[in-house]
Order: sequence, then C-alpha cells, then structure tokens
Amino acid sequence: MRKKNILSLLVVGFLALVFNFSFAQENADQEAGEPIDEKEEVKEEIEEAVDLNLLDSHYFTLFSDEEANKHYGFALPVIIYDEGVKIFSAAEFDHGNKVVEKDGKHYVYHNSKIYSTDASGELIIGDNGFPTNKKPLDFSITRNVFVTIITAILIFFVFVSMAKTYKTQQLPKGIGRILEPMIVFVRDDIAKESIGPKYYKYVNFLLTIFFLILFLNLFGLVPFGANVTGSITVTVVLALLTFFVTQFAGNKNYWKHIFWFPDVHPIVKIILIPIEILGMLTKPFSLMIRLFANMTAGQVMGMSFIGFIFIFKTWVAGVGFFGFSIFIGVLGLVVAFLQAYIFTLLSALYIAAAVEEEHTSEEDTEELPIV
Amino acid sequence: MEKLINDFSFGLFFFQLGIVIILILLLKKYAWGPILSAIDNREEGIRKALEAAESARLEMENLKSDNEKLMQEAREERDQLLKEAREIKQNMIAEASTEAEEKANDMIAKAKAAIQAEKQTAMADIQAQMADLSIEIAEKMVKSELSNKDKQMQLVDNMLKEVELN
Repeated sequence: MRKKNILSLLVVGFLALVFNFSFAQENADQEAGEPIDEKEEVKEEIEEAVDLNLLDSHYFTLFSDEEANKHYGFALPVIIYDEGVKIFSAAEFDHGNKVVEKDGKHYVYHNSKIYSTDASGELIIGDNGFPTNKKPLDFSITRNVFVTIITAILIFFVFVSMAKTYKTQQLPKGIGRILEPMIVFVRDDIAKESIGPKYYKYVNFLLTIFFLILFLNLFGLVPFGANVTGSITVTVVLALLTFFVTQFAGNKNYWKHIFWFPDVHPIVKIILIPIEILGMLTKPFSLMIRLFANMTAGQVMGMSFIGFIFIFKTWVAGVGFFGFSIFIGVLGLVVAFLQAYIFTLLSALYIAAAVEEEHTSEEDTEELPIV
Repeated sequence: MEKLINDFSFGLFFFQLGIVIILILLLKKYAWGPILSAIDNREEGIRKALEAAESARLEMENLKSDNEKLMQEAREERDQLLKEAREIKQNMIAEASTEAEEKANDMIAKAKAAIQAEKQTAMADIQAQMADLSIEIAEKMVKSELSNKDKQMQLVDNMLKEVELN
C-alpha cells in the first residue's frame, strides 16, 4: 500500500508540475484505515482543490499542504476601498483562517473573496450558497492580475526585442522565427481576409488580443501559472473591448442595418430593431462565454483526471489516468491556440461586418457565426 | 450563472482592462508598427526582386531572340552572297566560253580565209606555171609540127575543135 502511494505520489507530483495542480501531499502519511471514509474525504478534497484552483486568489501558491495548513508560495498585496483605501498583505488573512482588522473594520477571506464582517468573522451564507456579507471594492493584485501583468511584460519585451532585430537585418531571429509566421497569419489570414483593405486600422488590436489570449492560455498550462483566461472577468474585458472596437468601427451602413434594416417592410423594420440590437450584444457575449468555458473545461478535465488517481489509488489507474492527463494536456495546448485564433477571427469578422460598405446584393453580414 | 456573477471581480476587471489597453497602445507603438512595416518592406523587396528577375528573364529572352534573328539574317546574307557568287561564276564561265568560241571561230574563219587565199595564190601560181609549161610545150610542139603543112592544118583543126568543145 505504501509503495503504491509513493508511486502515485511521484506521478501526481510530476503532473502537479505539468498541470498547475497545487494538490497536497496529504496521502503520504495516511494509513489505510477506513477505506470508504477515506475515499469520500479524498473526493471532497479533490472537488475543493479543483474549485479553488479555478478561482482567482490573493496568494500565489506553488504547493500547499491542507493537512498541516502549510502553503508554499507568497501572498499578494490586498488593495481594498471601503471608506478609504486600505493596502495590506494577503498574508494577514492566513488563507482565510484569520479575521483582519483595519481602521476598525473587519474583513474575512472566503473562497478567494474578501467580505466585510464583524469582529467574530462570521459569514452569513445566503440561499444561493454564497455569503450575503457586504464585499468591499477589491482592487487587489490577485493571482490573475499578477500573472496578467507578468504576461503583458513578457509579451511587450518579446515583441519589442523582436521589432529591434528588424533594424539590423531583414529576417527575424530567435523566437521571432516562430512568432513572425503567427503575426503574418493574423495579419493576412485573419485581418486582411475578413476586414479587407481597411484592415490596418484594426490589426494592432487583433494582434494584441491574439497574443495576449494565446500567452495567457499557455500560462494556464504551465506549472505555477494561473488559468487567467478561464476567469469570467478576464473574458468579459476582452469581449467588451471587441464590442467597443466594433461599435466605433461601425459605419453608416452598419448602423442603418441595426436601426432601419433596408429593403424590408416598415413593420418588419421595427420588429428587427430589438433583434439587431440583441445581436449586437450576443456577439461579444458569445466570445466571452466561449473562451471562458473552453479554458475552464480544459482545466477541470486535466485536474479531474489527476483526481481520479487519488480516488482509485491503484497502479493501473495511476498509469492510465496519467496517460489521460497527458492527453488532456496536449489537447489543452491545441485548445490554447485554437481559442486564441477563434476569438481573434470572430472579433475580426464582427469588425468586418461593422466596416462593410453597402452591398447591392442581398447576401449580407447576417450569416456571421455567433456560436 | 450565480456562480459566474459571484466570480466576477470588479478589481480584476479594472486591472485587466487597464493592462490590455496599455498593452495594445504600447505594442502598437513599439512592436506591431516596426514589425509590420519591416515585414511589409521585406515583402515589397521580395516582390520587387521577383519582378526584376522576371524583367531580366524577359530581357534575356529578347536578347536571345534578337541574337537568333541576327544569326538568321547573317545566314541568309551568306546564302545570298554564295548564290550571287555562284551566279557570277557561272556567268563568267559562260561568257568566257562564248568568247573563246567566238575567238576560235574567228580564228578558224581567218585561218580558212588565209588558207583560201593561199590556195588561190597557189592555184594561180600553178596555173601560171602550167600555162608557161604548156606554152613551152606547145611552142616546142608547134615548132616541130609547123615543119609540115598538113600537120599545121591538123593542129589548127584540133585546136579549133578543142576550142569549140571548150
């Protein structure tokens, strides 16, 4: 039993590195006392770990040991606005075990959120399962913000240094050799292909969101990274940007199609107005949900397969699910590129629909995919 | 949905929006601008180089066809020259042969004429000599014949007969 545990531990240890799975080593010292209870316990722990890993966090945790309540990593700064800006280290919450008192106000840390409480630190759980306590405005540098900043800096330096190499020579060198075809792909096959001759106005935006999403997706796959694009807030931001760029790009023809659809009966025109406005909103909404769901699903799948190893705790399951996890990881890599491509392509198509000149033929922008 | 709404964090939204907008602006100025213009320049360069190669190829082809044309012309000229030379040669030969023939004919005619003249002179000479000889003989015979009258008459008769016959 012990030997098996050690083996599965080795496998999991490796996978934890591969899949950013900050799971604890709690099984190492456990004796196989009551099998059923233990299984239930492991299941719950896995669920919790998966849930927590999907959430944003105020800690940058590399490993954690729930049993001993030990977390290896570092706390990120908390910045909250609650009748005055309060800045302190998240370490003061001690992973939700302590109530923090600032300027006579008490705060408690629960499932990656900060809630206002009284001195006792009690949370009132509402009907929907979430605490009803008031939340102060939280401008903390959370793990997602932290990883995004690091990614943004990385992207900036990678591409600026790449841009510099063109000053001395015509061909890119180093990582530019991989990135240049991707830049040309975004420019030619996404921007130019969809938008047409006016592409150059939007190519900067498209290139930036493509590489930002791609890098963030890839950061979700590497050890100690965070699943930033699996966070609804991040996808809201990206979709919102596409929405605004599309609206600002919109020409007379685009607005005419929304508010006074040409070549149909006036009654139909009036009926079409709310539908068109809804369509305007569903496009970015679908972008938001697609990216969020894909990245979250990838993360959940990867972690669930690792979780299975702990539930079954056999040599066969260990190897089998290890293989599955690798498969999901490779799939995640493909999905990382695919989702960045889809997001950028659809953004380009929406912009294209907005800048399109009036057509003489009937076929128009309406076949745009929103799914 | 409630979970999603609960997960939405205003702070993260704020930071994310700021980071993305700043990143778009910074990358536009420091990365995409230079990179895209470099790629454009390179593509333009490649396009120009290809065009230049194509025009050079066409020029080469033109030159080649020009050369061929020149060669063809030269060949034709050579053939023409040869033909003319051959004609001249033939003409010359023909002219020479007629001239020679004429000359030969002329010479032959002259020779014939000379021979005729010589012959006539020779004939005249012979006739004269013959006449002389005949006269001499006749003298001698007459001298001997005239010695008797009968014989003289006979002779005259004979001569007269001869004359008549003549």
